[in-house]
Amino acid sequence: MIDRHPWLDALAHAVLIAGILIVAFPVYVAVIASTHGPNDFMSGLVPLLPGSDAIANYSSMLTDGLSSSGAPPLGGMLWNSLVMALSIAFGKIAISILSAYAIVYFRFPFRAVAFWMIFVTLMLPVEVRIVPTFKVVADLGLLDSYAGLTIPLIASATATFLFRQFFLTVPEELMEAARIDGAGPLKFFRDILLPLSRTNIAALFVILFIYGWNQYLWPMMITTTSSHYTIVMGIKRMSDVADALPQWNVVMTTVVLAMLPPVIVVVGMQRLFVKGLIETEK
Amino acid sequence: MSAIEITGVSKVYAGGVRAVSDVNLSIADGEFIVLVGPSGCGKSTLLRMIAGLETITSGTVSIGSRVVNEVDPAARNIAMVFQNYALYPHMSVYDNLAYGLRNRGVPKADIDARVAEAARMLEIEPFLQRKPKQLSGGQRQRVAMGRAIVRKPDAFLFDEPLSNLDAKLRVSMRGEIRQLQRRLGVTSVYVTHDQLEAMTLADRIVVLNGGRIEQVGRPLDVYHNPASTFVASFIGSPAMNLADAEVTNGLVAIGGQVVASGVSGVKDGQVIVGLRAEDIQPAAPGTGVPFAVRYIEELGALRLVHGSVEGRHLTMALSPDLPLADEIKVAVAADRLHFFEDGSGRRMTR
Repeated sequence: MIDRHPWLDALAHAVLIAGILIVAFPVYVAVIASTHGPNDFMSGLVPLLPGSDAIANYSSMLTDGLSSSGAPPLGGMLWNSLVMALSIAFGKIAISILSAYAIVYFRFPFRAVAFWMIFVTLMLPVEVRIVPTFKVVADLGLLDSYAGLTIPLIASATATFLFRQFFLTVPEELMEAARIDGAGPLKFFRDILLPLSRTNIAALFVILFIYGWNQYLWPMMITTTSSHYTIVMGIKRMSDVADALPQWNVVMTTVVLAMLPPVIVVVGMQRLFVKGLIETEK
Repeated sequence: MSAIEITGVSKVYAGGVRAVSDVNLSIADGEFIVLVGPSGCGKSTLLRMIAGLETITSGTVSIGSRVVNEVDPAARNIAMVFQNYALYPHMSVYDNLAYGLRNRGVPKADIDARVAEAARMLEIEPFLQRKPKQLSGGQRQRVAMGRAIVRKPDAFLFDEPLSNLDAKLRVSMRGEIRQLQRRLGVTSVYVTHDQLEAMTLADRIVVLNGGRIEQVGRPLDVYHNPASTFVASFIGSPAMNLADAEVTNGLVAIGGQVVASGVSGVKDGQVIVGLRAEDIQPAAPGTGVPFAVRYIEELGALRLVHGSVEGRHLTMALSPDLPLADEIKVAVAADRLHFFEDGSGRRMTR
């Protein structure tokens, strides 16, 4: 705002605070719920003050799991989610940065066609192609494996497109200077382009890690043994019990634990993330 | 250090655009050549073909008697300085200078020595550990020069290296580039659209227009004997005055007004006459051609007077001491006139 009025400032703050409350309140409820015993939810009222069972809830979920809903201990599921999210994030970044490099810096026949074909796959997210993809993964014998969990989700048109846009802003003279300095295509990529893309890679990593972590439909399709369950699936299984009341205290414990890794990633990479989205190092 | 030989070189882009047409040029070892011309004249394309960044449609380029048409830029042993410097933004100044040497497998101690020497020469020693972003435009320009020097190339190629600098810095860097090139004695090809840079830097100027060479020559030769109206209007500031004129029996008339007499060696008929601003001077009392003053530009040491003779716009450069009136009488020395063919614009021999 160019004009600064006290009441405009107040309005801006009011809107921001309202937004934060809307986002933060459910998180608060989840954290509070995870500190109560199983019987505190019978009344139908959600408690808003901390209870006394936090340690019991967390330790039991991390060690034993919840046998009544067939959920294994959380440690294994958290690990599966971590492996899946990291593989998807690194895989997507590796594949898309290489395809963007090929599309921007090399002249080859049907280059534009290749680009548009990648671009068109934006219209085909996992949910749309889930049945044929499942068939392919099943035929390849990849059910119940980390490869099956991650590989079908790795190709990324969005990331390719973002890297392409970034590469197009890198001055052509840099590539020419590198050519004269005796750097071949791979050397130029490794020594110049990759370091320049650092902040973009970090920003994408944050987004893609959360994308991978939050995957729900696909892991549910292709995992049948509890050793490959991911945490997001686990939450759903626990809250979806038959012939009993869901144990909301432990469900919320799981929710809080499931939220932590993405929070750690976002907080830890916040500065690079913001930098990667707003500026380029040129 | 090597001579560069350009023989019948043309460049036609995929769309059929002809950027460079049949250029022939011999550049001697250690010579400083400036390619000058308006934008789109093909000067950068020609430079980039020497560098190997642009393919050659026809003709040959050889550096030090080796034909390099198919040679990779890195193997041509040339160094290039770009207009936007093209420094690697994530590398320190030291790494920027060392990168090309490392890629060539030069031993580390040798790299250290060469970088130190170049840094001392260019006075960028205090900045070696900084990133390009932390440097001013002039300092970045020096780093770009340093990157060229450390390579000890056969030739320096400059692509408008000073046009991103402010006017004052441009003048001082111009001087430094000239001295550096003299000291190192490396063959240099320098592209610019600034005729002043061309005049001050070059051993020989190559004036390009529409992808063709208009004239090659030493700066003063080009200035005093422009080969065409294009060169005449491009080289020199203010530009040479050009006007349609009629020659009859040694009399030169602009719009019916005789401005000079006793001209020999020019056939009668329509011509284009060229006059340098400094060759038009106030006439002795009682003689001369009426000159209607329109406006005046004060340059300090000189005063540019814009006006007209018989409706033809002319500019003259006068000493600021002379008094001025709205209409003055001027005279032109017949032997200082340039004559160009009407139509082709080629210089007429006298």
